[in-house]
Amino acid sequence: MREHSSIYARNLTRRFGDFVAVDQISFEVSVGEIFGFLGANGAGKTTAIRMLCGLLTPTSGEAWVAGLDLFRQAEEIKRRIGYMSQRFSLYNDLTVAENIRLYGGIYGLRLADIRRKTDELLERLQLKDMRRELIEELPLGWKQKLAFSVALLHDPAIIFLDEPTGGVDPVTRRQFWEMIYETAAHGTTVFVTTHYMDEAEYCNRVSIMDQGRIAALDTPAALKKQFNVSSMDEVFVKLVRRQR
Amino acid sequence: MAGIRIEQVSKSYKSVRALQDVSLNIMPGETLGLIGPDGAGKTTLIRIVATLVLADQGTVEVGRYDVRRDYRKIRNIMGYMPGKFSLYQDLSIIENLELFASVFEVRIEDNYDLIKSIYEQLAPFKDRRAGALSGGMKQKLALCCALVHRPQVLLLDEPTTGVDAVSRREFWETLAVLRQEGITILVSTPYMDEASRCDRVALIQEGRILRTDPPATIVADYPRPLFGVIGGKTYQMLQLLRQYPYAYHVFPFGDCIHVTDSRPEGTPAELQAWVAAQGIEGVQVTYIQANIEDSFMDLQSRTTL
Repeated sequence: MREHSSIYARNLTRRFGDFVAVDQISFEVSVGEIFGFLGANGAGKTTAIRMLCGLLTPTSGEAWVAGLDLFRQAEEIKRRIGYMSQRFSLYNDLTVAENIRLYGGIYGLRLADIRRKTDELLERLQLKDMRRELIEELPLGWKQKLAFSVALLHDPAIIFLDEPTGGVDPVTRRQFWEMIYETAAHGTTVFVTTHYMDEAEYCNRVSIMDQGRIAALDTPAALKKQFNVSSMDEVFVKLVRRQR
Repeated sequence: MAGIRIEQVSKSYKSVRALQDVSLNIMPGETLGLIGPDGAGKTTLIRIVATLVLADQGTVEVGRYDVRRDYRKIRNIMGYMPGKFSLYQDLSIIENLELFASVFEVRIEDNYDLIKSIYEQLAPFKDRRAGALSGGMKQKLALCCALVHRPQVLLLDEPTTGVDAVSRREFWETLAVLRQEGITILVSTPYMDEASRCDRVALIQEGRILRTDPPATIVADYPRPLFGVIGGKTYQMLQLLRQYPYAYHVFPFGDCIHVTDSRPEGTPAELQAWVAAQGIEGVQVTYIQANIEDSFMDLQSRTTL
C-alpha cells in the first residue's frame, strides 16, 4: 500500500519536549489526489507539513512520501516534492526570469531545460513581457501563480501548498484553483491548506486536524453528511467547537 | 461618539498609487467593513485615519478633529490594532496592558467592563510573555490594549487574516459586543464572507472604492440573472458551462457553480436543458441570490474593462 500511495503515514508523531504537536496521525493520499489539510490555528498542521517535506524529523511512527521512507530518505524526498506558501515563495529583489533560473538551479535542472521551461511557463501565464520585472513589482495574484508554477518546475510527484490563496482577490483565487485542478489531472498530487472553507469543497478529500490529531477525514460530501450540515464551513466549526 | 469622514483621499508610494480619490463617511456607532484583496489599499487607508501616514491629497476627520492638525486629540479617542502583531513580545500580558493604560493615562480598572469578556480568557496566562502566546491569544491581547482607554473609534487592520474559521467567528462575536457599546468600528478584511457582519461595507480594489453600501443592498443589486449549478465534477462542469452561449460569468463557489446569464430573460430551466443536451445528467440548476463575492467580482470586471 505504502508504495502505491503518494503519501502514507502511520502513527506519525512529533513531540517538542512534553508537548505533542502531532499525535499519531495516520492517513494516505493517492497519486493525483487533491488533498485538503485543514485545522484550527495551533492544531499541528505546520509541524505535520514540515515532517512530510523532510524538514523536521518525526519522533516516532512511519511515513512514506513519493514512495520514499521519510526516516531514511528525507533528502531524496526534498527533490521529489514542490513547496509553496503564502509567506515565502519568490525572491522579491530578483526578476521573474532570475527566480525561475534560481529554482531550476536549486533542483538541479540543466541550463537548457531551465531556458525551455522558462519560455513555456511565461507563455502559459502570459508573463512574457514581465520577464525582466522584479518580483516585488508584480501584483500578488500574478506572484502566487508564478510561485506555483516555479514550485512545479522540476516535475515533482507532490506539491505542498500552504495557504496559497491567502489575501488573493476572488477572481485570481479561482484561477489559482483551476491551475490546481490541471496539475492534479496531470498526475501530480496536491496537498493544500487553506482558511477559505469554500476551497475545502474543491478537494477530493479533506482532513481536519485538531490538537495534534486528525479529527475527521473524508470527501467533503461525506463530511457534510456525517455532520448533517450543508457546507464545509459548518463542518469545521462544529468539529472544532466540539473539541474545545 | 465620533464618526470618520474621509474625503477624496489619494496616496502614492513612488510609482504605486495606493489610494485614488477615496471618500467614505462612517457614521458614529457604525461598523464599516473595508473589504478587498491584499494590495487594494486597505492598510494605507487605515494608517491615514490612524494619523500614522499623511495623505497626498484629501481630508480626513475623526469626530471634529482633522488628522493633520489634531492628530494628538485623535489618538486619545482612537484604538488601533495593526495588521502585524505590534505589542512588546518581552513583556507579559499584564505588563503590556499596564503599559498601554499608562500611556493613555488611565487605569485598567477604569474601563474594565469594556474588556472584561476578552480579558477573562487571557487572565489565567497574565504573566506569560506576549511573544510566547498563540496567534488567537495575541489577537485578544492586542484588542484589549486597543480598548483600554475606551476609544470612541476602533481601527482594526485585518484582525482575522490567517486566523482559522472558528476564531474568526469568535472575533466577530466580540466586535458585535463592542458595537453595542456604541464604538465606531472601521475594520478591514480580505474575507468577503465577513461582509454580513457589518452595517455597511466598502469594497476596495487597486486603491479605488468600488462601492459602499449595506451588504444586503449590494447583493440585491446584482445586475443579471444568477443561477447555481449543483452536480457533476467541478472542473469538468466549469469547462462545460463556459461553452454556454449566454454565460456571462462562470465561477465555482464550493460545491456550487455560479453562472451569470448575459440576458435579463435567461432562466435556470433553459440552462438545465442545455446541460442535459450536452449529455450530462444529474445536474440541478436553480435561481440563487448573489453573495458579496459575486458582487465584488462583477464590480471588479466592470472597472477593469
